[in-house]
Amino acid sequence: MAVAIVLVLLIVGSVIFNFLSPWWFTPIASNWGTIDTTLIITFIITGIAFVAISLFMAYSIYRFHHKEGRVAHYEPENNKLEWWLTILTTIGVVAMLAPGLVVWNDYITVPEGADEVEAVGKQWQWSFRFPGEDGKLGTTDIKFVSFDNPFGINPDDPNGQDDILISEPELHLPIDRPVKMLLRSYDVLHDFYVPQFRAKMDLVPGLITYFWFIPTRTGKFDLLCAELCGVGHYTMRGHVVVDEAEDFDEWLSSKPTYAQFLAAATAAPAMTGLATKGQEVAGAQGCLSCHTIDGTSGVGPTWKGLFGKEETLADGTTVRVDEAYLIESVSDPNAKLVEGFAPIMPPYELSDEDMAALIALIKSKSE
Amino acid sequence: MSIFRILATKPWERNEASLGDLHGGGELSLPTQKIGLFVFLSVVTVLFGLIAAANVMRMKFGDWQPLTDPQMLWVNTGVLAFSSLALQWASVSARRQNLKGLKIGFFLGGVLAVAFLAGQILVWRNLIDSGHVVLGNSANGFFYMITAIHGLHLLGGLWAWGKSAVRIGRGVEIRELRLGVELCTLYWHFLLLVWLGMFALLLRT
Amino acid sequence: MAYVAPAEVDDIELHDPQSFITKYIWSQDHKVIALQYAATAIGIGLVALVLSLLMRLQLGFPGTFSFIDPSSYYQFVTMHGMIMVIYLLTALFLGGFGNYLIPLMCGARDMVFPYVNMLSYWLYLVAVLVLVASFFVPGGPTGAGWTLYPPQVILQGTPGHDWGIILMLVSLIIFIVAFTMGGLNYVTTVLQARTRGMTLMRMPLSVWGIFMATILALLAFPALFVSAVMLLLDRTLGTSFFMPAIISMGETLDYGGGNPLLFQHLFWFFGHPEVYIVALPAFGIVSDLLSVHARKNIFGYRMMVWAIVAIGVLSFVVWAHHMYVSGMNPLFGFFFATTTLIIAVPTAIKVYNWVLTLWRGDIHLTVPMLFAIAFILTFVVGGLTGLFLGNVVVDVPLSDTYFVVAHFHMVMGVAPILVVFGAIYHWYPKITGRMLNDAMGKFHFWVTFLGTYAIYFPMHYLGFVGVPRRYYSIEGTDFIPASAVTLNQSITIAAFIVGVVQILFIYNLIWSYFKGKPSGPNPWKATSLEWQTPQTPPVHGNWGPNRPLVYRWAYDYSVPGAAQDYLPQTMSPDDPIVGGHLGRGDEKDHHS
Ligand code: HEM
Ligand SMILES: [Cu+2]
Ligand SMILES: [Cu+2]
Repeated sequence: MAVAIVLVLLIVGSVIFNFLSPWWFTPIASNWGTIDTTLIITFIITGIAFVAISLFMAYSIYRFHHKEGRVAHYEPENNKLEWWLTILTTIGVVAMLAPGLVVWNDYITVPEGADEVEAVGKQWQWSFRFPGEDGKLGTTDIKFVSFDNPFGINPDDPNGQDDILISEPELHLPIDRPVKMLLRSYDVLHDFYVPQFRAKMDLVPGLITYFWFIPTRTGKFDLLCAELCGVGHYTMRGHVVVDEAEDFDEWLSSKPTYAQFLAAATAAPAMTGLATKGQEVAGAQGCLSCHTIDGTSGVGPTWKGLFGKEETLADGTTVRVDEAYLIESVSDPNAKLVEGFAPIMPPYELSDEDMAALIALIKSKSE
Repeated sequence: MSIFRILATKPWERNEASLGDLHGGGELSLPTQKIGLFVFLSVVTVLFGLIAAANVMRMKFGDWQPLTDPQMLWVNTGVLAFSSLALQWASVSARRQNLKGLKIGFFLGGVLAVAFLAGQILVWRNLIDSGHVVLGNSANGFFYMITAIHGLHLLGGLWAWGKSAVRIGRGVEIRELRLGVELCTLYWHFLLLVWLGMFALLLRT
Repeated sequence: MAYVAPAEVDDIELHDPQSFITKYIWSQDHKVIALQYAATAIGIGLVALVLSLLMRLQLGFPGTFSFIDPSSYYQFVTMHGMIMVIYLLTALFLGGFGNYLIPLMCGARDMVFPYVNMLSYWLYLVAVLVLVASFFVPGGPTGAGWTLYPPQVILQGTPGHDWGIILMLVSLIIFIVAFTMGGLNYVTTVLQARTRGMTLMRMPLSVWGIFMATILALLAFPALFVSAVMLLLDRTLGTSFFMPAIISMGETLDYGGGNPLLFQHLFWFFGHPEVYIVALPAFGIVSDLLSVHARKNIFGYRMMVWAIVAIGVLSFVVWAHHMYVSGMNPLFGFFFATTTLIIAVPTAIKVYNWVLTLWRGDIHLTVPMLFAIAFILTFVVGGLTGLFLGNVVVDVPLSDTYFVVAHFHMVMGVAPILVVFGAIYHWYPKITGRMLNDAMGKFHFWVTFLGTYAIYFPMHYLGFVGVPRRYYSIEGTDFIPASAVTLNQSITIAAFIVGVVQILFIYNLIWSYFKGKPSGPNPWKATSLEWQTPQTPPVHGNWGPNRPLVYRWAYDYSVPGAAQDYLPQTMSPDDPIVGGHLGRGDEKDHHS
């Protein structure tokens, strides 16, 4: 008996929860309202089914629970009833599926004239690339990737020279223009996910995947990685800022083209021998995939201006960055965690030589 | 009775409430061991089917370099085919109560199967010596994997073969040997078929 | 009618255990093997439960427990998921319940290949031990998620990428070999070793569910086997089956040309049927629980069997619904969405028939029945949310969010576990000869049922908000309201309550073994064969000198005209209890 009552309470409670809970979709900021509509259709149909089935069950339990002298009805099957239920279910299924497939067709059909924008993922950072004046993205290959060419743009492809490189995890997009996001990964699967856009797609190393949408609301939105990509997965965040056209143009024009980037990199002041070696070590060990040496933020603290600096740690204390601190931070990264960063750096065992080279590099970036 | 007829019966009906049918405990009139083997063979079929599917899918990608097919595989294929034939002979002899034929066929089949395995290992060694290591080219990777998994299945077969061989050696009666011999034969034919399929696939890639 | 006397029915050779060792350890008796499987599965399952509670600690109270760092969190997620799905549920349903019930319910003396059956268990144990060993190797167990997606799974940024993953793959391979040995037995036993009169359509649905699930597993596990072997080669020998050209942490690797999607296809070709490998036995068992405790035949038996078969077949053509946003050819979306939603129809029929079995029944609210009812509600929620995720475009915003986590826990986590509990309360008397304590059982039921509902129902709404799954921490986002933190805390508290009450259940299992009320051979007055054994618990060989004869299906409850409300399958139509009508009412009672 109690069961029947509890079931009814659960069902009613679930429905009330649904209407009163503060947790619901974030307000949409793209053209994919149709996805929401399909979802709502699915929601209504399944909601009705849920309430109907469970209430019927609760009633049956209430009505037919064991009492002295009750005898169950003997009825092996009832074809007519079963067929009716089958047909009814099929109708419900079709009512959900049909709109779903129509919207899916839209989802995979990129409109003509959509702007192409590339998002590049690597553990655990985002960067982006716009096509530049010619409207064409240069071809890329992972084998071209180097310190001077972080996007792996084909140096011989003329389309690539004017590509605009966004090395920090903040992407701006103009409002009301369809964008085709081209997705590329250097290492593992990632997923480009902005809750307000509804759309998402995986980044697959070795492939270029895509999806499209139209931003319909200005604002700054969280960009998250939605496909497990290693210990730093949950830190792989960024932002997508939707701007009015003028603001967007202004932002874009402040960013370097590939050609400019290349020129700046070659013009950089020469480093001491040991620091150059440090750079090699940092590249080979993978330090640079999380730490930058140009002051931009990364997964880990930047090395620019690091040496001699006063770091605030997660527990609120401070520490001056000296050689001992650096050595400890490499061999036992979580012993002293810098505030605002996640404990995801793996410990490294480096030779004294390599360590010295790294320290030289970090010092050279702090002068 | 066809499976659909069976599934359509209404077990609660009047005329169903009896011991009536001639159901004697088994669905199929085959020895249990044979059915067990059939079930196992379906599993293995799916296994190799999936490997083949993976191979075909993987071929479509970028760096695929076809395998240099070692000529020796033809010889090995022949050996395996003869091994299968020999066992067939053993099976037929068992049915005809011909103990001598059974013995010759059965042992020949086993020896040839071992020869096949030795041949495969030789192919491996030649390939490795000529620098076709697993690394670098996935066609090689598939080749090694397929031959290894096939070889392991044959080894498993040889274990069963060994058990029957011991029984033959002990002079067990032919009537009691028959099932074991037949199962081995069936398994051998199956592995030959699988090998032919895989070989064709390897030739195509 | 002429029929062969039972003595002439083909019987398997029973191996007679002599010593304690061969009786209880190195045993070939299906009942002992079943208990070995069950004990091992539950043991390792408790580990998975503890891991989930540790995760919940971090999610509910981020940063409070410093020993749960991101690496260990991801290792917990992975091991929890893998253990629950494979080493607990698959092993428990097929190795545990399958082993115990199939021979008893079919009237066999044992499995047809008892020796292979025994090997199956010991290999399973090895698989479990290898898995456990991965907790103790340098770098710990793998943290790549239970889906083990390459390239991530074998690259630097993933915990356990050096040793953990190797042990995981080896353990899976061993598990599959072990399972195949068991599976051959279950299928062949059902086909060949039923007792006289036990036609296919007289089998209880438990047997049907386990039978079909075993077939699915036999055909699906090879896909996992192949992908595990290939992944192992990629990891150890450096092949590039799944590995494209990669720059990992700034270092260019030697891989090239492989395709990560190939792995995903193979994995889900196994992974989707796996859902039904867990679900079908639960479907079958719950049907029997409902029928016995409602004193009514299962409604629409034929439809139930057909649905099991249809679901089994269809489950091989829906796998890519896990890959809608994986970057595969988008046209696949149309096909897989359609097949996925089609599968909803037979599934829905099963639900209707369960509920209709209650309708006009004589419902005894015993503990097994309570669990069965809770299963229906939970499964309805989980099944319906599956329609969201199957309907391609609706999956796009929801995939990889907590909606998915809530969905699959409802449908393949909690729902089957509720059936497991129901089944244990139901069959414990047969296994031990004693009833489980009722008060403890009821308490366990209420806390587990309401607790899991409280955990997972609100969790769907986190998914609507967009909270991504497999996140160690969601701090620092703008779109997640602060109230989500409170919700996470309450979910964690609920999870702890549910976790703790399982101790009571284990205690009940032990206490009742010594002090429980003696049950007699057939405490629930059930019809199926396992309740008709001459001894309780059944002895080696199950049936004494003669195997039972089966005269009727397993659902003759409350037959009009009969003198008692159940007619065991072994009861002949000539028995006075049946009431002369061959045990059937008049025609008018039929389709009314
Ligand atoms: C009280 C019981 C349980 C609790 C509290 C629990 C909790 C959790 C949590 C917190 C996660 C991680 C979610 C994330 O970070 O995205 C998870 C994942 C998972 N759970 Fe459970 N769980 C429970 C029972 C089960 C059961 C019975 C199953 C059996 C099917 C199961 C299967 C899984 C799977 C497959 C995953 C995904 C692992 C992955 O993402 O790789 N869980 N669970
Ligand atoms: Cu990522
Ligand atoms: Cu699925």
